[in-house]
Amino acid sequence: MIGPILALALAAAAGPAADDARAIALQKELRCVVCQNESINDSAAPLAADMRAALRERMAAGDSDAEIKAYFVERYGDFVLMRPPLKATTVALWAAPGLFLGIGALMFALYLRQRPPLDDDQPTDEAGA
Amino acid sequence: MKPVHALPLIVVALVAIAFAFGLRNDPRRLPATLVNEPLPAFSLEPLYEGEAPFTNATLAGAPALINIFGSWCAACIIEHPVLMSIAAENRVALYGVDWNDAREDGAAFLAERGNPYRAIGMDPDSRFAIAMGVSGAPETFVVDAQGRIRYKYVGPITKEVWNDLLKPMIAQLEPAQ
Repeated sequence: MIGPILALALAAAAGPAADDARAIALQKELRCVVCQNESINDSAAPLAADMRAALRERMAAGDSDAEIKAYFVERYGDFVLMRPPLKATTVALWAAPGLFLGIGALMFALYLRQRPPLDDDQPTDEAGA
Repeated sequence: MKPVHALPLIVVALVAIAFAFGLRNDPRRLPATLVNEPLPAFSLEPLYEGEAPFTNATLAGAPALINIFGSWCAACIIEHPVLMSIAAENRVALYGVDWNDAREDGAAFLAERGNPYRAIGMDPDSRFAIAMGVSGAPETFVVDAQGRIRYKYVGPITKEVWNDLLKPMIAQLEPAQ
């Protein structure tokens, strides 16, 4: 008996709460253009607050997530996304860390192979001081 | 030196070259992605009550400079005398957008220093600034006679920037039709 009532209550509450969750998720994906290491969700800058308000207006107007992000990218460039899209121009950005890690690992492996054997693999004399 | 020993040097050299290009980009200057796009449709309350709203129609099919400023903006104080002389030269219409400001603060700012603008719109909630990709003040947009954004200058305009960059650019624009 409780089950269906609970489900109904949850469904009724889903409206504004789901909107909030969606807004926060989108806000975390957009960079504050003033404090550029923070998302507009985290930044205290006045422009970030205005960007959050503009985002909510676009949600209310029925824009999809992709349309909302596109609105900001068209005006501020890819830099406004916290995670830059994978495109021809950003492939180097995305690949570089893994690439350098791979090169470093390879070089370390080569170095290990080239080391001379350690002397204490050989039997040592019992030293009488 | 064995070839493999040259590898770190080569990698460092490549990275240095990449950085030499990449570090020239100022991360505070976001790309002017709206260049050659038409101005967004806008209608801003005038700073001075009783005047007409500042809209696309105010530009009346002539080239224009739209300068984003605010009474809170220190660099705008530095820029202001140059704007006054640009207005005095009267080669191009100069319009202002008072961003993130209360009416009395914007009006006081201009009363103290002079008003170089033909018209001034208010943008208290940054809707116009966001639509124009503005991230700080001052920023100045060069708009052609067809209402297209042709250039965005970020930071205070100096005499050199006006004489060497913006004035020639405006002279190149197609005349009003």
